[in-house]
Formats: sequence, structure tokens, C-alpha cells
Amino acid sequence: MTATTWRKVKSALFVGFCGLSIAVALVPLAFILFFVLKEGLQALDYDFFTKMPQPVGEAGGGMGNAIIGTLIIVGLGALFAIPTGIMSGVYMSEYAGTRLSSAVRFAADTLNGVPSIVIGMFIYTIAVLPVKQFSALAGGLALGVMMIPIIARTTEELLLLVPGSMREGSLALGATRAQATFTVVLPAALPGILTGVVLALARIAGETAPLLFTSFNNRFFSTTLTQPIASLTVTVFTYAISPYEDWHRQAWAGALVLVGIVFVCSLLARVATRRLEKMRNQ
Amino acid sequence: MSPDQAGTTRRASQGDLGFRLATGAFAVFLLVIVASIGAVLLSESWLSIKRFGLGFWVTTTWDPVAGDFGALPFIWGTLYSSILALIIATPVALGIAIFIAELCPNSLRMPLVFLTELLAAIPSIVYGLWGIFVLVPAVRQLEIWTPAALKQLPLFTGPPLGVGMLAAGLILAIMITPFTSSVAREVLKAVPIEQREGAYALGATRFEAIQAALYYARTGIVGAVMLGFGRALGETMAVTMVIGNSAQISASLFAPQYSMAAVIANEFTEADTALYLDALVEIGLVLFAITLFVNILSRGLIWSMRQSFTKASAPALPPPEPEPAA
Repeated sequence: MTATTWRKVKSALFVGFCGLSIAVALVPLAFILFFVLKEGLQALDYDFFTKMPQPVGEAGGGMGNAIIGTLIIVGLGALFAIPTGIMSGVYMSEYAGTRLSSAVRFAADTLNGVPSIVIGMFIYTIAVLPVKQFSALAGGLALGVMMIPIIARTTEELLLLVPGSMREGSLALGATRAQATFTVVLPAALPGILTGVVLALARIAGETAPLLFTSFNNRFFSTTLTQPIASLTVTVFTYAISPYEDWHRQAWAGALVLVGIVFVCSLLARVATRRLEKMRNQ
Repeated sequence: MSPDQAGTTRRASQGDLGFRLATGAFAVFLLVIVASIGAVLLSESWLSIKRFGLGFWVTTTWDPVAGDFGALPFIWGTLYSSILALIIATPVALGIAIFIAELCPNSLRMPLVFLTELLAAIPSIVYGLWGIFVLVPAVRQLEIWTPAALKQLPLFTGPPLGVGMLAAGLILAIMITPFTSSVAREVLKAVPIEQREGAYALGATRFEAIQAALYYARTGIVGAVMLGFGRALGETMAVTMVIGNSAQISASLFAPQYSMAAVIANEFTEADTALYLDALVEIGLVLFAITLFVNILSRGLIWSMRQSFTKASAPALPPPEPEPAA
């Protein structure tokens, strides 16, 4: 074999390896989706969404309380994280060169990498330990802390994409920086920011570790913010490690709901981004 | 400048100051959160730090009843599972990144990116559930089939339980692959096209041209791999559900072990003494410090690579302005 042929063979082998890695990564994805669909669909029914959990040994029941619980906790987190995230994102892009802005960007990236279990621990010590009470509020706080860096970085990146001429135009017409930001630049980036927020919500709704010692769990229906509250993820965890067949079935149904949320949100976000790009290209 | 104009300017700049302070306050709040995570964890673990000192990290007893705590088995488990995941995931993740960034036709790119992102978006509890009911039985079968001769090796000793280091490493590998590959893809996208064109012009094959691009982006690629490693270190739910939760140090892939995040998840709400709680918080503190370190290092690497790119391409002409829409 000549050197050239060998080089060509090597190149082809390499291309083959790269293609193969795609297959290797997609096999687990297919397996996971297959099992979640197969096992989940068997257990998923109308009762799952509306009924409360049954005592051990009695068949039937659902995760109605956990679904409401997840909505409440995620809502609380969003309430706290969306303003904080968007405003710090605005600061980072408007004052991009400043030392504070680099420090905040660094802090956001750091916070993004902090393990979620550590965030749960942190909220436990500041919001659960002092009052000796697990609460929905603490759970919301934990999820909020996780959402802030995602929203802040998305906002910053999207604001930087808005053409500088738009900001300059409004400034030239006599607008203050605040007016230029809130009436011209932010609205232009808003669809993208909303997409980012939806993705952050979807990701955060699937978090378990930060809720284990903040919102804890609850077998009963509760909407009291100062009481422990059930969530879809923690309930799936409890059911999955239990020895009961019926609970395993329900855990799969819960997993299907969680994957469904993530899938629908990513799809929506993708469609929205596509349309944004089309608008920009016109 | 007329007095009237000066007034407007002053009002405008006051408005700007208010805006800067308001948005800046939120930005500072973000800094405060990160700083207080470190401070709170440190003060909450003080009891344990004072009592055990550095011995905490080199002893293997974990006895809540006697109040004797050593965290070595958990560190061992975390490092072992994460490094195992890194070994499995890195080639695959880089292969995916290269395929998507350099090789695949445009029409295939978007769907592939979507699928790998979907893999990254699946909640870790779902991975854990799948791990318990699908992966662990499969691993157990594999352990049963392992020939007896191989089982003599320290790497494969132990009864076939299914749960253990191998299952944990596999599930972590699946979870960090999309993460590493998406960062590596971004890094490759930042490599100037001239690098490949130059290589092709010199008669390089595809592999050699990509090699040139990879060499150019090497610091960023290392950063991407380390970011994945950081993820693996802190991953909690999926690992807790498949690693076996047994505080022992074993070289065997088949042995049930424990990890730092898993012991926190399992025992934190059961910690009935102040010392027990503080020992767990100290584990959390170190987990925080390690992931912080890994993240800073990897982001620094990626950043320095981008810096050198902008320097290298600075003398080039600026990209042409897009044609204004008619």
C-alpha cells in the first residue's frame, strides 16, 4: 500500500468513527425513550393527573398532588428568577466592559456548574433550618437559584444580538439608556428571551436533588407555601426505590410526563428560534 | 450649550444612573448568591472541620452512631465513577462534535443537534429510573456472563449484583456525552476556516485537515472535556439510584460503592446530630470547591483559546456588512 492510499484509508476510518459515535449516542436515547413510552403509557391514565396517591397495597390513584406541587414550586422559582435573571442580563450586556459585568458573568457560569444537590443544601441551611420546617417556598427558592444564571446568560446573549443601530437610533432621538433598553432593545430580543425562559422552566421542572431537603415530599394535597409539598420528581424517586410493583408503574408514568414536558418545550423553543431566524434574515 | 440643553443632559444622565444602579443591584445579587453558598457551607460544616481536620478526607469509617466520620470512600466513588464516565464519554462526544461541526451535510445538522440536546434535557431522575429497571439488569447479565478467568482480576471481582460502579459510570457517560459534545462543537465552530482550507490546499486528507483544526482548538477541547467532568462529579440522582450505596473502597467495576452527592442525598434528612449534619455539609463544601475549580479551569482554557483566535485573526479584513433589505 502506498503512503497516499494509507492516508486515505485512515481518513475514511476516522469519518466512519465519527459517524459511529453518533449512533452510539443515539442508541441510549432510543432505549430511554422506548422504555419511558412503553412503560409510561401503560400506567398513564386520566386518574394519574386527577387522583391522589393511594395507601400502599391499594391499586389505582395518581399523582395529582405532585403535579400541582411541581407547578407551584416551579412557579415560585420563576417568580423569583425571571426578574433577577433578566435584569442582571441587561446589566451584563449594557455595561459589557465593566469589571462588575465580567464578575457577574463569571458568577453566573459558576452558579450554572454548581451541583444541584449543593444548592439544595444551601437553601436548606438558610430557609429550612432556621424555621425547622420544609416548605414549598424553600423548594421554589432552590429552583429559582438554579434558573437565575440560565436566564441571565440567555438574556445577555440575545441582547447583544440586537443590532447596535437600534439602540443608537433611540439614543439619538433623545431616549435615556433605560428608555432605549426597555422600549426598543429588550422588546426586540423578547421572543428569544421568552424561549430561553421556557427552556429553563422545562429543565428546572425535572430537577430532583435540590427539592429533597427543601420542599421535601407530601402524601397529601397541599397548596400551603409554608408546608412541605409533593413534586413530580421527588415522588418518582420515592416510588422508583420502593419495593412495590404498582408504585413502579406510576413512577414510569411520572417519568413519561416529565419527558413529555421537556420534549414539548424543546420543540416549541426550536420552532420559535427558527421563526426568529427567518424574521431576522428577511 | 444653552441652560435648557444642559438640564436635559443632566436629567438624562440621572436617569442613566438610576438604570445602572437598578440593574446593577440585581447583578450584585447574583454575586452575593454565589459568595454566600461558599460562606454558608463553610460555616455550617465548621464543627466537622474542627473535629476531624484533614483526617476527614483520609479515613474510611463512616459511623453516625459513634459520631465518627471519614469521607474517603465517597471521594473514591465520585472520582472513580466520574473518571470512568470520562473515559467512555470523551471519544464518543468528540466524535459527535466533529461529525456535526465538520462532516455532516447541512440538512442533517439541525436534527442531530436537536437529538443530542434532547439527550441533555432528559431529567436525571428519568435516567435513574431507566438505570434501575433497564440498565442495572443488563449490567447484571453482563456480570454473570463474565468468564471466571476475568473475574480473578481485581477490576472484575465480586458477585453479580448489577448495581455498582459499572452501572454508575455508564449512566454518567450517557449523561455527559451531549454536554461535552455541544461545548466541543462550539469550540470547533470558532476555529477559523482558513485552518482547514490551508491544510486542504497543501493536499491534506479530511482527517488531516480536521487534525489541524483540532490541534488549533486543543485548549478549548480540553476545556470542553473538563466541563463534562465537572458535570459528572456533581451528578446526584441517577448515580444514587444505580451505584449501590455501599461505603467501601474497591477497585472492582462490579462492586457497589458510594459517591459524595449520593451520600448527601440519602442521609441529609436523617442526620440527627449536629456533627453528623456538619460532616455531610463538609462533603457538600468540598464538592462545591472541586466543581468550582474544574469549572474555572475549563472556562479559562476555552476563554484563552478564543482570545488567541481573535488576536490571530485581527489583521484580517472585517466581514462585509450584509446587504440592506430592499
